Amino acid sequence: MSRLRSQAFLLPVFSVLLGFAVGAVLIVAEGKSPVRALGAFWSGAFDGRDAFGRTLEKATPLVLTGSAVIVGLRAGLFNIGAQGQLISGALFAAYFGYRVGGLPGPLHAAAALAVGGLFGALPAALAGVLKATRGVHEVISTIMLNTVIVSITEYLAGTPWKAPRAAFPRTPEIQESARIPRVGGLPTGFLLAVLAALLVWFLIDRTTTGFRLVTVGSNRHAAQYAGISVGVVTVGAMALSGFLAGLGGAIESLGVVGHFESNSSGTLGFDGITIALLARVSPRAAIPAALLIGALRAADTALQFQAKVAPEVVDVMLAIILLLVAAPMLVRAVLRLKAERDGGELQLTSGWGS
Amino acid sequence: MDAPVPGRAGTPGPNGPQGTQFDRRSPALPSGLVRSALVVAALATAAYAAYAWDGLRTQAVLGFAIRFATPLVLGAMCGLIGERSGIINIGIEGQILASAFTGFLLASTVGIAAGVVAGVLTGMALGAFLALCAVTWRIDQIIAGTIITISAAGLTSFFYRQGRTIKGRMPTIEIPGLSEIPLVGRLLFTNPPITMATMLLVVALHVLLFRTRWGLRTRAVGEHPSAADTVGVNVTLLRYLNVTVAGGFAGLAGVFISLESSSTFERNISAGRGFLALALLITGRWRPFLVWGAALFFGLTSGLANQLQFDQVLDVPTQFVSMLPYAMTIVVLAVFAGRVRPPAAAGQPYTKE
Repeated sequence: MSRLRSQAFLLPVFSVLLGFAVGAVLIVAEGKSPVRALGAFWSGAFDGRDAFGRTLEKATPLVLTGSAVIVGLRAGLFNIGAQGQLISGALFAAYFGYRVGGLPGPLHAAAALAVGGLFGALPAALAGVLKATRGVHEVISTIMLNTVIVSITEYLAGTPWKAPRAAFPRTPEIQESARIPRVGGLPTGFLLAVLAALLVWFLIDRTTTGFRLVTVGSNRHAAQYAGISVGVVTVGAMALSGFLAGLGGAIESLGVVGHFESNSSGTLGFDGITIALLARVSPRAAIPAALLIGALRAADTALQFQAKVAPEVVDVMLAIILLLVAAPMLVRAVLRLKAERDGGELQLTSGWGS
Repeated sequence: MDAPVPGRAGTPGPNGPQGTQFDRRSPALPSGLVRSALVVAALATAAYAAYAWDGLRTQAVLGFAIRFATPLVLGAMCGLIGERSGIINIGIEGQILASAFTGFLLASTVGIAAGVVAGVLTGMALGAFLALCAVTWRIDQIIAGTIITISAAGLTSFFYRQGRTIKGRMPTIEIPGLSEIPLVGRLLFTNPPITMATMLLVVALHVLLFRTRWGLRTRAVGEHPSAADTVGVNVTLLRYLNVTVAGGFAGLAGVFISLESSSTFERNISAGRGFLALALLITGRWRPFLVWGAALFFGLTSGLANQLQFDQVLDVPTQFVSMLPYAMTIVVLAVFAGRVRPPAAAGQPYTKE
C-alpha cells in the first residue's frame, strides 16, 4: 500500500522534473541560459507578494478547468470544451457585472459568478444531451462548440456589448459591486476555486451521486444494468463540468481582468486537461497541479524580458509532462521502478463507441 | 460536379467481395452504383444550371468549396486509415500544424519541393509517434492525440520567426483537353498539385480499402484484431504501418495550408481543421467518398455564405459566417451520428492472449 502511494506521488513529480529538463535543453538550443530562466521563473512566480499573488491568480481558473475535466473523465467523458465554456462564463459574468445595477456588493458578485457558471454549464450540457440522445461524441461536439462560442462572444463583445471607444472586442469595466476583492493583496478567487475543487472531491468520492457518476464512467453498460440512468448522469456530469469551467471564467472577469476581452483567456481550458492528468484525475490533487502550471504561466513575462526566452517553452514543457504522466511506463523505465499490478496506466476514455 | 458520391457508394457492387463481411450496416444494395451515378448526375445538373444562371459566381463558390474541402479531406483520410485499423487519431490537428511549419521552414530555406517532402515526413513521423504511444506504450489514444496537438502548438509557436518568405510557388497543373470543358475543366482539371493529388488519393484509398488484400486486413484489424491475428495478420505491424502512412495525408494537409492555399505560416494556422476533419470522418461514416462528399458540402455552405455576404444579400456579422461550418458539424452529427457505427476496435489497445 505504502509502495503504491509512493509511486502515485513519484510519477507526477518525476514527470515534472523531466519536463523541466527538456525545457532547459530547448532553452540551451536557443542559445539562452537555463539558469537565468530558472531565476526569472522564481522571481516572476514566487518572489514577493505580487509575484505570488500572480501565481495564485493564474492558478485559479486552472484549478477550476482542471476540476471540470476531472468531473468529465470520472464519468467517462472527455470534455475538451472547457476552453469555450470558460470563455462563455467569462463573458456573461462580465456582462452581468457591468449591466445589472442596484445590487449590494457581495450579492452582485455572487450573482455574477452564478451567471458565469450557468453560461459555462449551458454549452456543456448541450454536448451532454447530444451525447445521451444522439450519440454525438463529446470530443467532437465540445470542440465545435469552442469555435462557435468564440465566434458568438466576439460578436457580442464586439458589437452590442462593446465598450465605447474600444479598439477591439471588449466589454465595459464591471461595476465596483461585482468585483471580487483581494484580501491582503492575495486574490479571493483562489479560495473559491479551492473550495470548489474540494466540494467536487467530496461529491465524487463521498456521495451516492458521485458513486453513480464514477460507475457510469467505469462501465456504462454495467451502470445501466444496475438501474442508473446513464443519460441523466451524462448530462449532469457535463453540466457540472461546464459550470466549473464557467466559474473559472467568471472569476477571471470579476477578480482579475475586470471586463471581458476576446483573447484574454489564452489556453486556460486546454491547460485543464494537463492538470487533470497531472493530478491523476483527483480533484484534490488538481490544486497543487494548478499551482505548478499557474507559476509557470505567471512567470512568462519574466521569462521573456529577464531571460529573453520565448514563453511558449512552457507549452512544450507541459506537453512533455503530459506525455510522461500519461505513460507511466516511460518514467518507470527511467526510474527503474517495478510496475504496479494494474499497470497504473490511465485508461480514461471509451473511444468513439456507445 | 466533382463526384461527391453520397449514398452507400462505399460498398462495392452487388455482394461486394469483402464489403459485407465486417460491415453489417451496409448490406450491398444492388442499386448502389446506380444510385451513386444518379446522385452525381443530379448534382452535376444543378451545378451546370447554376453555372448557366451566373457563371462567375458559381465558379467562385464551387472553387471555394474545393479549396476548403482539400485540407479537411486529407486530414479526414489520415483519421480514416487510423480508425479503420483501430487507432483513434485525435492528433491530426497537431500533425497538420507541425507539417505546415516544417514545410514552410524548408520551403523558405531550400525550396518548395523540399517543403512538401518535409511536411509529409513530419506528418508521418508524428503518425509513427502516435502508433508508438498507442500500440507499444498503450497510452490512452485520446490522450496520446491530445499530447501531439498540444506539443505541436507549443513547439511551432516556440520556434516561430516572423518575416520568412518561401522560395517559389506551387505550379498550376492543367490537364490538356479536359481543362477545356466549361466549369468542370477549371474546377477539377486546372488545380495546383496538392488539390489535384487529393482527388486522386480519395479514389485510390477507396479502392485500396475495399478492393485489396491490404484493405481487407486493415478493416479486419480495426474491427476484430484477435480474429485477424488468428488468421496470421500481424496486428502490431499493420497498425504501425497504417498510422505512419496516414500521417503523410495530414502532412499534405499541412503543406496545403502553408504552401498551396497561402504562402505563409502563422501561429496556430491549422485553426481547428484537424478537428473538423474528425467530425467529417464520422459524418462520412469512415468511407472515403462519403467523407469527401461531406467535406464538399461544408465547403459549399461556407462558400455560399461568404458569397452572399460579399454580395450583401445576407446581412449577418462575419463571426456568424465563419462559425457556420462548425455549427453545421454539430447539427449534422446530431442528425446522423446516432446511426453511425465506428470500427469496433477503434480506441482499444490490442494484447495478444
